[in-house]
Amino acid sequence: MKLIIAIIQPEELPEIKEELLKNKIYKFTVSNALGQGKEVPIAEVYRGIAHEISLLKKVRLEIAVNDEYVDNAVDSIIKVAQRAKDKGRGKIFILPVEECIRLRTNERGKEAIG
Amino acid sequence: MSTPDFTINNTWMLVSTILVFLMHLGFAALEAGLTRAKNTVNILFKNTSIVAIGLLTYALCGFSLMYPGDFILGDWLGFAGFGLNPGENWDTPSYNVGYTYYTDFIFQAMFAATAATIVSGAVAERVKLSSFLLFSALYVAIIYPIAGSWKWGGGWLDQLGFYDFAGSTLVHGVGGWAALVGAYLLGPRIGKYTRKGAHPIKGHNMPLTAIGVFLLWFGWYGFNGGSVLSANPGAVSTVFVTTTLSASGGIIGSMAFSWYLSNKPDLSMILNGSLAGLVGITAGADVINPTMSILVGLISGLLVVASVLYLDSRKIDDPVGAISVHLICGIWGTLAVGIFSTDHSISTQLLGIMSYGVFCLASSMLIFYLIDKLFGLRVDEQEEIVGLDISEHEMEAYAGFQIFNVE
Repeated sequence: MKLIIAIIQPEELPEIKEELLKNKIYKFTVSNALGQGKEVPIAEVYRGIAHEISLLKKVRLEIAVNDEYVDNAVDSIIKVAQRAKDKGRGKIFILPVEECIRLRTNERGKEAIG
Repeated sequence: MSTPDFTINNTWMLVSTILVFLMHLGFAALEAGLTRAKNTVNILFKNTSIVAIGLLTYALCGFSLMYPGDFILGDWLGFAGFGLNPGENWDTPSYNVGYTYYTDFIFQAMFAATAATIVSGAVAERVKLSSFLLFSALYVAIIYPIAGSWKWGGGWLDQLGFYDFAGSTLVHGVGGWAALVGAYLLGPRIGKYTRKGAHPIKGHNMPLTAIGVFLLWFGWYGFNGGSVLSANPGAVSTVFVTTTLSASGGIIGSMAFSWYLSNKPDLSMILNGSLAGLVGITAGADVINPTMSILVGLISGLLVVASVLYLDSRKIDDPVGAISVHLICGIWGTLAVGIFSTDHSISTQLLGIMSYGVFCLASSMLIFYLIDKLFGLRVDEQEEIVGLDISEHEMEAYAGFQIFNVE
């Protein structure tokens, strides 16, 4: 079992979601995130004071899958995210998962994730 | 017996009263929009309670201090007694051809409440609520009407020929001086000025700010239009035109200057700019000709931008630009009467501006100082960081919304 954490651009979320579904990944969690990477900060002016916004809006995507589905998930994200080549596209982290419990049925492990 | 003219005049004065009343919603929206989400309940609370405080104290003593009839101390101070005292014939043209006694009171009372509201924006996000309410009550009950009596009550400045049609100095200046003292004594909000210079603390709702500005502009037709004190067709329509052109000039002036200075057109600056133009024309809306009113507005727009930047450079933190709009453009507008109207002299206008400056600075400093010693003026650091909504009211303005705040 693996947990895939992907930091992606917010505007890519709909397409990535579509790809995931196409590749039989049906369960994931999405949250708003702020992050700072290699991208150029946004310049802002408020009441005559210029300043930079370097913490930018990202989306954090969490997908827990059985090992045989890791490639499906990663490929789905990469396919969409690599269309643009500028800096700051995001990252994917893959972590081992110790246990998974489905709350409704108490199922554990492989059964619970799928 | 009421004549048709008297009825029409009085009706216009009451319509103007309603328009000025609506300005309080404008102030509330503007100030809420230009401050952070965590202080919204507090801003709205202040703007609501000040209306009540302003109106009640004006009924209790303000009206009698401002329009005393006979003065007690030279032509500086008079008092016609507590409460409202309509004499005989209060509702006939023999009281005044433009309005009844009660119309007179309620129109002026709305003005008084506006003066107190001006301070609220400048001290926002850090002032202790109880101390602020106490200050407002004292200032609007005593200082505003005494200052007002010098001109509108027929006092010494009126006799010298000082002119302030609808209150660039009497309302906006008086409120503005107290705003300056309040913002100065309180010090800046935590995080506003760092070693690297001014750090923007952004307002949380620009659409609300825009609504507030348009409501204020809308109300200004009553503020200036009602200050004709009758429905005189020529005078009211002239005032409508000068008021509108100056507000427009204020937008263009502030747009040009802020665009030039920071390479970007700043919405908050042009919103302030329209108010700047309105404050600027208020002293001379009936005596400055429409062409010149555009110039008055343009200069107001330049001044408000310059003043916002200057105050920031002096570390005087005014979250909504109240000092720049009301005090700086109030002074400019009062001077403009001397410059653009041949019937009034610059030196008398200057004397008036300085007299009000000295009186308002001294009195607001004294009141703020005493309140600070007795009760404290500012919330403590932790309360300010949490936000006044929680620390002063234990209430949220946007319950159920996610406040996405990294400040």
